[in-house]
Amino acid sequence: MARPRAFDVTTLPGFTFIAIVSFLLLYAPIVTLVIYSFNAGDSVNLWGGFSLKWYHVAAGNEAVQGAAIRSFIIATWASVIATTVATMAALGTTRRGKYRGQSLIYIIINQPLMVPEIVTAVALLIFFSSVKIATGYTGLGYLILAHSAFCVPFAYLPIKARLEGMDINMETAAADLYATPWKAFRHVTLPLLAPGIIAGAMLAFIISLDDVIITEFVKSAGQDTLPTYMLGQLRRALTPEVNAISTVLLALSIVILALFSVVTRKRG
Amino acid sequence: MSGPAASKRPRSNGATGWLLSAPALILLAIAATGPLFIVILYSFLEKGDYSGVRWILSGDAWFRVFFEKDIFDGTVSLADANLAIIWRSVKLSLATTIITFGLGLPTAWFIATRPATQRAFWLFLITIPFWTNLLIRTFAIMEVIRNQGLLNTFLLHYGVISEPIQILYTDTAVLIGMAYVYLPLMVLPLFAAIDRFDFKLIEAGYDLYATRIKVLRRVILPIIRPGIVAGCILVFIPSLGAYVTPRVLGGGKNMMIGNFIELQFGQGQNWPLGAALSTMLLIIVLGSLVVYMRVSAREEPHG
Repeated sequence: MARPRAFDVTTLPGFTFIAIVSFLLLYAPIVTLVIYSFNAGDSVNLWGGFSLKWYHVAAGNEAVQGAAIRSFIIATWASVIATTVATMAALGTTRRGKYRGQSLIYIIINQPLMVPEIVTAVALLIFFSSVKIATGYTGLGYLILAHSAFCVPFAYLPIKARLEGMDINMETAAADLYATPWKAFRHVTLPLLAPGIIAGAMLAFIISLDDVIITEFVKSAGQDTLPTYMLGQLRRALTPEVNAISTVLLALSIVILALFSVVTRKRG
Repeated sequence: MSGPAASKRPRSNGATGWLLSAPALILLAIAATGPLFIVILYSFLEKGDYSGVRWILSGDAWFRVFFEKDIFDGTVSLADANLAIIWRSVKLSLATTIITFGLGLPTAWFIATRPATQRAFWLFLITIPFWTNLLIRTFAIMEVIRNQGLLNTFLLHYGVISEPIQILYTDTAVLIGMAYVYLPLMVLPLFAAIDRFDFKLIEAGYDLYATRIKVLRRVILPIIRPGIVAGCILVFIPSLGAYVTPRVLGGGKNMMIGNFIELQFGQGQNWPLGAALSTMLLIIVLGSLVVYMRVSAREEPHG
């Protein structure tokens, strides 16, 4: 800054310009979507003045209410289940030296990140449709099971990262002071691990809340979540109601993400 | 390092490790990994009368992915419609990868060269769209490119065009949409690679009279190659399996493999064909992952 004419080795021609354009391209559509959710008019393009009308319309729409409740039930269960099994798996795969099959466990846990979602969706459609016929059960259980499964790697990664950064001497000290393995876990490991577990649970919650494809294929009739409800609205003329629902989901994601970065930044 | 802790554990490391991982593995076996094997099995069965399958082993579904048999004279020809969809998917995914790389490299470079205090902020700006619902982002881009959308209104107002350009429901719309939704997936691994880059190497390059382009091509790009490979794979794989973006922006006609698979389980009523297409997608994706792991393993000593 003191020598504005100095030759800056980190500057490459046009790079800053393209970067700024990229940020504008990334945010312009989202900002437009949010602005038009406050449109008083019926159009997603013509501005008719500021109003909260479409938020009232969405909140009063029974289909949206049902979808919102369903989304939250599924995301809560999926997040709790995925985080619980992911915490155990992280404890089972981290800080215990190499053992047989460890990389196989690692591959299976991360498998949902690698396989295209449409393929998993089709697989679950085939599998669950025969289970539905065999058992006669058509409740939300299938969606909760499917969501829990694909949320596992998202819950696992922050917990594993936290565990790897933890000092194993703490637990050794507890053991030296005659703590039983369970007491050492309950009073030493778990409190230290808590930020990782909370972070994992939050990621799992967002991932479940946002899912479209697997939900679309697994759901039975009348089991729309917010994203599949919005996808279904495409067949009709779009109104700013969709923008209002999107904006609420967007705000929720940003709040959870901000909390996530607070939780993961604090060390110790 | 695990000496004293390990000696306190009654069971062996491996047994405890497997035991603790068991609930996660069982959950994934039931609702993620296991059903994939059913898909592979279904691709070798015969099509049922309405939907579903008949339990007779057959290679018919795989044959029908690539060829079609004339109903009347039994002549075999290439299944043009299927191949056109597969080719479109590959073409659009490659184009998406190239566009996101073109925009993503400068963006990642920009973030990595910010002062340390600002870097977290710019990175957060990339992570917000990354974690934002894909459907919402697709809706957002749709509202920009539709006939009465922001882009056309803007161009009409300034007289650049005299009537709206039809972008929505074309391949271009799908391409714009995919480049938009997958850009963060390109930026993040590129940033990770550039962040570890030693900028003294650029100085050395200039000291040896290299031009800026030469420094980029001969110094920077080779060193951040693992990041480039990671970014390209991370964009190419989800593009190839894309379902939401082509469905929303491509309308019914401009299908990609993902939509074509869905069609077989919906109106098409040909589950084995859908299963064969899914298996094919799975093979391509796992193949690219193996290539990626080979490349990154080979490059490890550099990084």
